[in-house]
Amino acid sequence: MKRSEKIITNSVKIAGSSSILFILLIFVFLVREGLPALSEVSLKDLFSGRWYPIEDLFGLLPLISGSLVVTFTSILIALPLGIGTAIYIGEIAPKNVKEILKPTVEIMAGIPSVVLGFIGIQALSPFLREFFNLPTGLTALSGSILLAMIAIPSIVSIAEDALYAVPNSYRDASYALGATQWQTIWGVVLPAARNGLLTAVMLGIGRSLGETMAVMMVTGNAATTFSGLKSVIMPVRTMTATIASEMGEVASGSVHYHVLFFIGIILFIFSLIINISSSTVQGKSKQERGQVIS
Amino acid sequence: MRRYPEPKESRFGITRQQSQKIGFSFIRLISLITVLPILGIIVYIIVKGGSHISWEFLTSMPSDGMRAGGILPAIVGTFYLMAGTALFSIPLGIAAGIYLSEYAQDSYWTRFIRVAIISLGGVPSVVYGLFGLGLFVLFCNFGISILSASLTLSIMTLPVIISTTEEALRSVPYRFRVVGVSLGGTQWQTITRVILPQALPGILTGIILGLERAVGETAPILFTGATFYLPHLPSSPLDATMALPYHIYVISTQVPGMSSGVQYGTVLVLMVFVLGMNLIASLIRSRARAKRQW
Repeated sequence: MKRSEKIITNSVKIAGSSSILFILLIFVFLVREGLPALSEVSLKDLFSGRWYPIEDLFGLLPLISGSLVVTFTSILIALPLGIGTAIYIGEIAPKNVKEILKPTVEIMAGIPSVVLGFIGIQALSPFLREFFNLPTGLTALSGSILLAMIAIPSIVSIAEDALYAVPNSYRDASYALGATQWQTIWGVVLPAARNGLLTAVMLGIGRSLGETMAVMMVTGNAATTFSGLKSVIMPVRTMTATIASEMGEVASGSVHYHVLFFIGIILFIFSLIINISSSTVQGKSKQERGQVIS
Repeated sequence: MRRYPEPKESRFGITRQQSQKIGFSFIRLISLITVLPILGIIVYIIVKGGSHISWEFLTSMPSDGMRAGGILPAIVGTFYLMAGTALFSIPLGIAAGIYLSEYAQDSYWTRFIRVAIISLGGVPSVVYGLFGLGLFVLFCNFGISILSASLTLSIMTLPVIISTTEEALRSVPYRFRVVGVSLGGTQWQTITRVILPQALPGILTGIILGLERAVGETAPILFTGATFYLPHLPSSPLDATMALPYHIYVISTQVPGMSSGVQYGTVLVLMVFVLGMNLIASLIRSRARAKRQW
């Protein structure tokens, strides 16, 4: 092999491994800036119920609860809409409708979250305030609706792939037994695609949990802990919004700064768990299908 | 012999055909609920923002505390960030994609790389912002600058470019490689002269979609490169910059008494950016499909 070729090959190999370097760097720098929080604030205070940095109160519970409320509600909205749309695109829609629907969903994925946040402020929150007769329209629900719009495109595309991966022989067998198309979708295709659908939902949760701008702009940013169903139509503050809105104002190296990085560590670990486990679920479903066919 | 229950012709007094009709209408309704808000938002932004777009709005500096005048520095800043991101992420992403598709064996190391790519793709955007602040702004001492923001956005864009490049390369049939090598080419010559040209449209699509995401993101540049207001255009990569998404955030939440014309106009400009890139990507894709020879 020529020397120049060897150099090129080696640099391509190094580039190939760069992702590992970056994920490690992210982890190292989050830990470097965030771990001191544990020695500066006691664990008991860190997991207490009040977030009020000006008085050195760094209770993360309201923020975690805020993130969970907003994410959970958004998935309740996005799950039926996303899977339903995927079923329509994959199983029912005639070809010309499909050719309009698919690009529309792609466009939806491309809308920047700050634009959705802007529309949320301009149109959605005023509407919700009138509709529920609230003092403010900046609530967890407003955030959840925007998050659903952000999560839906990824749910649709992964769920559609999962439906597409179900072999046609399954459908044919079902029709041959006299089932209608609807019975086939409901009783054969969806169960066969369940692992893929699960992946879709998990990644949807991941996107919702990590989304920042749209949520920060419309949820009102009040650090309150979940207290029953009413919390959904009250202002909340998520972990991501806290980092984004407060990091600009803290002195680097202060306790507040370290705690914000600590929140980053929590988000990072959440996202790792969701993404790695959903990719194993997906891999498993491919294996199972392979066994059925062979 | 096992006896199977008689198949039910109707349930709840509805025949199977009727239940299929109800089911299909329901799924159609769901798809409509998913798609209509997107189309609504796009039309709404075009209608409200279109009247404010003028040559002057696009090419002059903001005035009156950003309540009037143009958005030139934000547009230029977004171009700079896009160029910076492209500069770092495209060569690295393509090289890594080549490695995974052409060189990597199915080893633990390769699997580790894939897990890292999946994880990078799931890291919340605000966590990228924290990472960029820790590594580029503070540790490397690049300050709040176009350089820091571009590097941060590059790492965020990397997984998209790597996976689309790998997919595009893998879709080139194996016989192309055999022919390349049998004509006396080295592996690298075969890759650059035979495989890459064939995979180019797929790679380009991935690059555009990755950059589209980077252009619309706000959270990663919040504390790495974006600035509230700049009286002049940035003159070096170490200057901070204004950018369209951050500008939208600022004028919709931070500046009281904003005129809605400037707001919707700015949103429309960003949407044209993003949707234009989306359109170019799908044009490339459909043209390549029509021309494909294998």
